[in-house]
Amino acid sequence: MINRRVVITGLGVVAPNGTNVSNFRNAIKTGISGIQYIDELNQLNFSCQIAGKPIYKDDYLNNYFNSIQLKGLNASGLEYGVIAGLDAWKDAGLTIPDKTEDPLWDAGIIFGTGVLGVDKFREAIYKVDAGNVRRLGSTSVIQTMASGISAFLGGMLGCGNITTTNSSACSTGTEAILMAYDRIVSGKAEIILAGSTSDSGPYVWGGFDAMRILPHKYNNKPTAASRPMSETASGFVPGSGAGALVVESLENALKRGATVYAEILGGHVNSGGQRNGGSMTAPNSKAVKECIKQAVINSGIDANDIDTINGHLTATNKDAMEIENWCDALGRKGKHFPFINSLKSLVGHCLAASGSIESVATVLQLKEDFVFGNINCEDLHPEIEVMVDRERIPRKTISKPLQIAAKASFGFGDVNACIIFKKYS
Amino acid sequence: MTKEELLSKLKTIIEPYVQNQEGFQNISEDTNFIEDLEINSANLVDVILDVEDEFNIEIDNDGMDKMLTVKASIEVIQDKLATK
Repeated sequence: MINRRVVITGLGVVAPNGTNVSNFRNAIKTGISGIQYIDELNQLNFSCQIAGKPIYKDDYLNNYFNSIQLKGLNASGLEYGVIAGLDAWKDAGLTIPDKTEDPLWDAGIIFGTGVLGVDKFREAIYKVDAGNVRRLGSTSVIQTMASGISAFLGGMLGCGNITTTNSSACSTGTEAILMAYDRIVSGKAEIILAGSTSDSGPYVWGGFDAMRILPHKYNNKPTAASRPMSETASGFVPGSGAGALVVESLENALKRGATVYAEILGGHVNSGGQRNGGSMTAPNSKAVKECIKQAVINSGIDANDIDTINGHLTATNKDAMEIENWCDALGRKGKHFPFINSLKSLVGHCLAASGSIESVATVLQLKEDFVFGNINCEDLHPEIEVMVDRERIPRKTISKPLQIAAKASFGFGDVNACIIFKKYS
Repeated sequence: MTKEELLSKLKTIIEPYVQNQEGFQNISEDTNFIEDLEINSANLVDVILDVEDEFNIEIDNDGMDKMLTVKASIEVIQDKLATK
């Protein structure tokens, strides 16, 4: 069987620098940072008191949730995921079946997260510890189960195909898109709403603060804190939000006259097995390179075809190693290296949501022929400068005709995911 | 508190959970929450918690099990208010 072509027909995003696609597009093009000082983190004695957090008014939620769903809602990741997911669905021009109709048997949800509803869980823990479990109500489970996000979206949209939540740390979002791609290629679904979400707040970010991998010298200059590829990069800025992409068979998209943003040529996920330098928190470089190489091979392209890369590049001392892995895997360096950028300079590291938010940015670049600028890398790391020509790491957004973009995400547990997107033609 | 006052407060509490508006328009003592108002069974515990907050009472497991109709709910609430 000839591989079915798979395309993206809808986008949704709730990012620290833009809570809809239009604002987000403008923010990445003009270099607007979403990193801000969070006083709550100061009150709680965090070393890193800055973060990327989507901002909207409470009544904005009325456009997405009904009154019952809003009652006792205390799960930021659920909010972000539902907003991004419903926006993507609407953007794709898809309809929602009536309550009394059959579900959409060919449409499903693969929407990942690391942990969901931690604030709701905290609320529950206080009640349980006080011997007051009877006061939890019916919302505790549905807002704290990891699959709460896919369950909410599946019910709101009436999807009858796979409805699940994947979880692979910071590669979750990229993995979700590839899982959607696989399911459509295999003919088991026509449409999958793929994406990922990540809660905001001290209970999500605290563990990373404790690991001392967040920057602590930028509390008074938040927008300068996230410095991927910079010599002065001193850790990742924690972020949050959600990204959503409607992944669809080209056949189905053409049949219903949908707008196509980009094509997914293929990709790969793998793990370094926490061997050969890989660990729970560090990547096995051999596995990273293998993941990129396999993504190129099964996309049916040549490594030289890649015009631009959206890296994982979190702004830790591992950035140079990532660049080296890209150079080795693609066999390209210096002036011949593709353009490369990291969204994390603008929004921080949105953890489980990073892969999907960054994929939305990557797809927008392909559709509109631009490479967004990396802020805060005026002092490019010397180890990186040896490998990649400065001109390939734009600091300001540039207009470029693009055909093919690679997007990779790497996560705790030594897990990797790489997707190859192509301009649709 | 009169029965009418009590019914009025109860209506305000259950309204957000109601999925059959016609049933809600015709609400009477015989109205069954799940059958006539199509309240999701999982939301019945939320109705009961809202009742506890509104009337400042605590409803035990037996009381909760009974609260499936307007009539039974009013009886349980009156009973708890009387022993407060």
